[in-house]
Amino acid sequence: MGALDARPIGASWGGSRSAAEVRLEGLRRVYGSTTALDGLDITIHAGELVALLGPSGCGKTTALRLVAGLEDADGGRVVIDGRDVTHLPTSRRDSGMVFQAYSLFPHMTARENVAFGLRMRKVGVAERRQRAGEMLELVGLSTQADRYAHQLSGGQQQRVALARALAIRPSVLLLDEPLSALDARVRSQLRDEIRRVQREVGITTLFVTHDQEEALAIADRVGVMRAGRLEQLGPPTSIYSQPATPFVAEFVGLTNRLAGVVTGGAVDVRGIRLPLIATDTPDGPAVALVRPEAVSLAPALDGFNGPLSGTVIAVSFLGAVSRLTIDLGDTTVLVQVPTAEAAAHPGGSRVRIALRLDPVLITREGAQGRG
Amino acid sequence: MTAVAVSETEYVRRPLGGRLRISSAWLGAAPFLLYTGLFLFLPTVLVAVGAFSGPHGPTLANLAQLSRPYVVSAFLNSLVLSAVSASVGAVVGSVLAYAVATGSPDGILRRLVTAFCGVLSQFGGVTLAFAFIATIGTEGFIVIWLQQHGIRFYPNGVWLFSLTGLTLIYTYFEIPLMVIVFMPALDGIRPQWREATETLGGGTWHYWRHVAGPLLMPAFLGAWLLLFANAFSAYATAAALLDIGGVIVPLQISRALSSEVGLDQANFAAALALGMVVIVAIITLLYARLQRRSARWLPR
Amino acid sequence: MNRRRRRRLAAFKAVVYVVLGLFFLLPIAAMVEFATRGVGISSPRTLTAFTSIGSDPELVDAITASLELAVITSLGMLALLLPTMIWIRLRVPQMVRPVELVCLTPLTIPAIVLVVGFAPIYNWIEINVSDSILMLALAYLVLVLPYCYRALDAGLSAVDIRTLSEAARSLGASWATVMWRIIVPNMSSAVSNACLLCVAVVLGEFTVANLLNFENLQVAISILGTGNASVSIALAVVSLVFVFFFLLLLSFLGRALSRRRGGAARA
Repeated sequence: MGALDARPIGASWGGSRSAAEVRLEGLRRVYGSTTALDGLDITIHAGELVALLGPSGCGKTTALRLVAGLEDADGGRVVIDGRDVTHLPTSRRDSGMVFQAYSLFPHMTARENVAFGLRMRKVGVAERRQRAGEMLELVGLSTQADRYAHQLSGGQQQRVALARALAIRPSVLLLDEPLSALDARVRSQLRDEIRRVQREVGITTLFVTHDQEEALAIADRVGVMRAGRLEQLGPPTSIYSQPATPFVAEFVGLTNRLAGVVTGGAVDVRGIRLPLIATDTPDGPAVALVRPEAVSLAPALDGFNGPLSGTVIAVSFLGAVSRLTIDLGDTTVLVQVPTAEAAAHPGGSRVRIALRLDPVLITREGAQGRG
Repeated sequence: MTAVAVSETEYVRRPLGGRLRISSAWLGAAPFLLYTGLFLFLPTVLVAVGAFSGPHGPTLANLAQLSRPYVVSAFLNSLVLSAVSASVGAVVGSVLAYAVATGSPDGILRRLVTAFCGVLSQFGGVTLAFAFIATIGTEGFIVIWLQQHGIRFYPNGVWLFSLTGLTLIYTYFEIPLMVIVFMPALDGIRPQWREATETLGGGTWHYWRHVAGPLLMPAFLGAWLLLFANAFSAYATAAALLDIGGVIVPLQISRALSSEVGLDQANFAAALALGMVVIVAIITLLYARLQRRSARWLPR
Repeated sequence: MNRRRRRRLAAFKAVVYVVLGLFFLLPIAAMVEFATRGVGISSPRTLTAFTSIGSDPELVDAITASLELAVITSLGMLALLLPTMIWIRLRVPQMVRPVELVCLTPLTIPAIVLVVGFAPIYNWIEINVSDSILMLALAYLVLVLPYCYRALDAGLSAVDIRTLSEAARSLGASWATVMWRIIVPNMSSAVSNACLLCVAVVLGEFTVANLLNFENLQVAISILGTGNASVSIALAVVSLVFVFFFLLLLSFLGRALSRRRGGAARA
């Protein structure tokens, strides 16, 4: 069981109630001849935020919709708070959902939208109004309570959608790429908002996104998915520094592919011997996946040639850090360094690279055999 | 405007000393305006003028004739006929439109139904009248078939050639018209609204009662108005079916126009026509108001 | 959508299509049945009603006239409405709303009313210009305005004419080139829609022709109906089927054209 056990839900919800655990067991979904979801097993601990991350078509949205009950599973179970809800209709599953866009009812004000779920539960007018007001305050929109959807910005609409989903105090909160339709600036602000509200309220949450930065920033654990299967599930730091598969390594963050040879539990890359994440890897040619920030630079002394020498062919200024593209002759490498340091290596200059001795992941794909 | 347009601007001196800027670009719309001026506005003006003309100059006598009992009853019949056929057409048509809208947007069924509705809503009234005569006329297909099974289709007399029959026939083009007019509104309903309702605990009934119903109501009412105006203005079917008398206003107009008495009757026709225009104009204004509200909520 | 709801919806749709399908197809089937009846009660089916359409000169004249009117009206509509609509959107945006209003007016002023005003105008035309039935095209153009305007407007809204014309003009194109070689090809499905509506309306028109004493297709059917019901019904069936397939064909054509060009957005 997770570290977050039976935690009382935040005061803004009034009263206390334990957060619920959500289990996806062996979920399968097939459309005609395509398997959208091929046996998904995830346990979301009470009060935890799990992000499902992957490219389009990987099945993450399908998984979310199966939990919500908007689609029927072809196999497996969904268990919410100990209850098997797999065969329950959506309206009885006690989940709250935030959609990507366009989900606010256009003919109702923000307040009426938020109060809608309460109305379905036959809560009285006065109490509805009060609770809707509290929820709008929670998301910071009490001044916009009487506006209609088309009078609100995209970010405000999503906040109302969040308030609406939470107003009914569901057992689980489901978010289907809620930030994808918004501007970049609004996106990062709202992302933090959502996290703040989720923490304050303590609700078990499943968050779907294709943006890896978003997933890493917001989640307690990230599940990377591909082609209907879960590639890796773990805290953001593990996903980033200890990718379980080459797909995860390349999908999350930037990766350099450097050819090398595995011998005796480590990989030789251009003369440097790097430890491996999986120490029992068999010997043979391989491609090492190295993060840009694990590569360091030093100026190349005159006459220095060798596998670690190169020329700076491009510099991208990204604010606090800069990314340099180094041409090593037989391949190029992306290097990320603090901008102050990058100034020492302008375009065209000769440099010497070094690799930090972090454990790396290797892949056999694209590896060229030694003659 | 671009620099090009500005350089084409001319300054024209008005007779009273003011200055009027006309861009020669406006001349591009001239052929259209001329044409509609001649063939749309001129006839309308002639109708309006004719309604107030008499053999000895301007008069209200034609309008006075509108209060005659047989004219009043013609207007009432027209209104009732239109209201009933519009209502039946609206309800049945919206059901059909819903069935089509929930299907595949590119599917062959949708294209077939849309084409079919396009034809039927323009179905020459004459053809339609004859079709119904062929179906439930005294020698009609259904009548004879039922007769062979011992059932009399018209136990109380033939009602096809009366207002009742006309109302039935009108639904034949009102339903397809409803499908065409109402479908865009149905297409504007986003699936997220249904899904959001469900996650918030609402079932089908709640969805229609609180979300889809209120959202579609302006479009539905607007479509009803359109159907009403369409039935009110229809002439061909009635002309082909009811060859006696003028039980509805369009038939009164045709009788007045074909009458041999001359100018007098032509002006009476104009008065009747003016009456029709006033009614339809009111309806169109109401429709425009509803359209605006609906367009705000339901994106295309 | 879950399985239960999908099944209920499918059942609902099946019922709707079957019931309404019957309601709409029955009269058409009845027309075919009527038109193919033999002379006596147990006579075999015959197609004489259909074949005799061609042997009645008055009918043939009426059919030809209606077809010619359909073509003339379509061409006239395209010549008058299309350039005007594009022109005002490009050069005189203040006129867009007024022109729209004008085009939608015939919905408020129906044919039965307009014909009262047409009567004196056509009296004049008959004396001073021509008494040919083809003069009806002048009136028909006005009647098709609302439908064709809507169809063309939908096509124009889907194309960003402002951007396209500015790009073309900056490359040196004349306004004529912009209109004919840039904008119109991108709204081919809207144009074909508008023509198809023209044809449907003109072939189905009765009111104006009848009250101005011209004999077009529908008037001919009506006159004939009183005497020889079978033939008139046969003709009605033919015209209906013709328009239906014509519409279907043009809708497929329009879709194929826009798909080939990578399509301006589908409505």
